[in-house]
Amino acid sequence: MLTRDLMRSSLRNPFRSWWDPFGQMQRFGEDFDRAFDGVQRPVASEYPALNVWDNKEEVVVTAELSGFGPDDVEVSVVQNSLTLRGSRAPEELKQGEAYHRRERWSGRFVRTLELPFEVDHGKVDAQFHNGVLSIRLPRAPQNLPKKIAVKAS
Amino acid sequence: MTTQTQEVQKQESQPVETAERTRPRRTFSPRTDVFETQDAIVVVADMPGVEEKSLDIILEKNVLTLRGKAGFEAPKNYSLVYNEYADGDYERSFVLSDGVDRDEIDAVVKNGVLRLRLPKTKQAAARKIPVKAG
Repeated sequence: MLTRDLMRSSLRNPFRSWWDPFGQMQRFGEDFDRAFDGVQRPVASEYPALNVWDNKEEVVVTAELSGFGPDDVEVSVVQNSLTLRGSRAPEELKQGEAYHRRERWSGRFVRTLELPFEVDHGKVDAQFHNGVLSIRLPRAPQNLPKKIAVKAS
Repeated sequence: MTTQTQEVQKQESQPVETAERTRPRRTFSPRTDVFETQDAIVVVADMPGVEEKSLDIILEKNVLTLRGKAGFEAPKNYSLVYNEYADGDYERSFVLSDGVDRDEIDAVVKNGVLRLRLPKTKQAAARKIPVKAG
């Protein structure tokens, strides 16, 4: 019954069956999404892009910051938020020198990441290795997950 | 917002013709600056995670290829819970002009940034030509 109604409505509007740009667009979008489904698509709107790794006791935050040295990045932790600050100076060209291609990022950045727990400030450890920054953030002891034994009554 | 996103995102490299990869990792095209000085062309490429041992620079005919293996290892016994970038290797090729002195190319890696200096040959270096009043 319902199908017949639908058929009738498409008969009434003969353009509907083949002239349906919005429907086509939507279908294309779905196909597109399907084609890329399961592919990791890193999306970051802020610099630098961060990855966060977790085990039960601590979190490791990594960022690709090539061209920065340990002195160019400031890492600070307040309660449960981690802030990264840094700047990378652009290449200074002398007179008569010219760019053919310029793709590298330069400037200043501030990025704050809110963590779901309080951090043990004294044990935070940040390391730079070939332009990859990794920061180890242990949970504050009072925030560690506690296992509660269930007793049979 | 869109342009900002593009700026931060890494670009995956196009496969180099005739060569297929055998390493099961993603490959990125490093962001690169190229500028020309009086006597050289300087190539600066961002390759975070790459060190001097894991970097190959190959000059074949007039094609300069940079290949870097990122040495970043996922921390053990941790799981990735938030992910904005993917790590992988780097690959990019440039076609050089004839005016480069191939024997004097100099490459330095520091903090994940490769700096290549390609000196110009004597003939190609900029020369100032005095103009006489006639």
